[in-house]
Amino acid sequence: MWHLFPLDRAVNHLWYAIPLIVAISLVYGATRHETLPGILVNAYRAATWIISFMAIIFGVLFVISLWS
Amino acid sequence: MAAVQSAELETFDIDLRNPSLAAFLAWLCPGAGHFYQRRYAKGTLFLVCILGIYLFGLIMGGGHVVYTSWNENDKRWQYFCQIGVGAAALPALIQNRLVKEGKPPLLGGWMAPPKFVASTDDYLDLKRDELATWNLQYHTYFDLGTLFTMIAGLLNVLAIYDAYAGPMVIAHQDNTDKPPPDTEPGKGGK
Repeated sequence: MWHLFPLDRAVNHLWYAIPLIVAISLVYGATRHETLPGILVNAYRAATWIISFMAIIFGVLFVISLWS
Repeated sequence: MAAVQSAELETFDIDLRNPSLAAFLAWLCPGAGHFYQRRYAKGTLFLVCILGIYLFGLIMGGGHVVYTSWNENDKRWQYFCQIGVGAAALPALIQNRLVKEGKPPLLGGWMAPPKFVASTDDYLDLKRDELATWNLQYHTYFDLGTLFTMIAGLLNVLAIYDAYAGPMVIAHQDNTDKPPPDTEPGKGGK
């Protein structure tokens, strides 16, 4: 099991992505809209897009790592 | 006064007052330009989000992740992104000046450049290398703090643009300025 520790540590570091994703999404949404409902809807879409993009990159890297 | 059409096709007016002054204030302190324009909700959002992640990153890196230095062994290009956050990153310039003049830095060395950075091929000097010491001491958090503060500075560029010109409207949703097809030249329009 000892070889899984680096992965566990990397997962812990992923928590630091949450404040970044929230801040980036809200600021991006605020530059597109003037009212709070519009900002929140746009921020939700942006956050979903960012998380999906990260998940796709993770999937690609994971598949590549299986062959190495 | 700028007429703005949002993605939900709501049209309303925003008083941008003096856009250049608003943009400068927005750079100086995130959200300040919007407060000047009396757009308090957005100003608060920018202030909390941008300054929040900037301070979070700064504290995470022990106050050492924001500094300016441009010598042979340490070209701190990240500061060009961090300076986007305005006054909060300006003490680094003062600290750099003090260190260059041989004076002790203020605030316990926060935002001061490392006293010595070894060249990459001089391993014997690594023990004196203060930047290497910070990396060893804060480990991943030094890089994370640098990233957070850089992103805060870059996000503030968006806020500065918003203070200067209002919200960015997606072009394909704004069809009001297009002439009707029958008014185009050669198609019978006057």
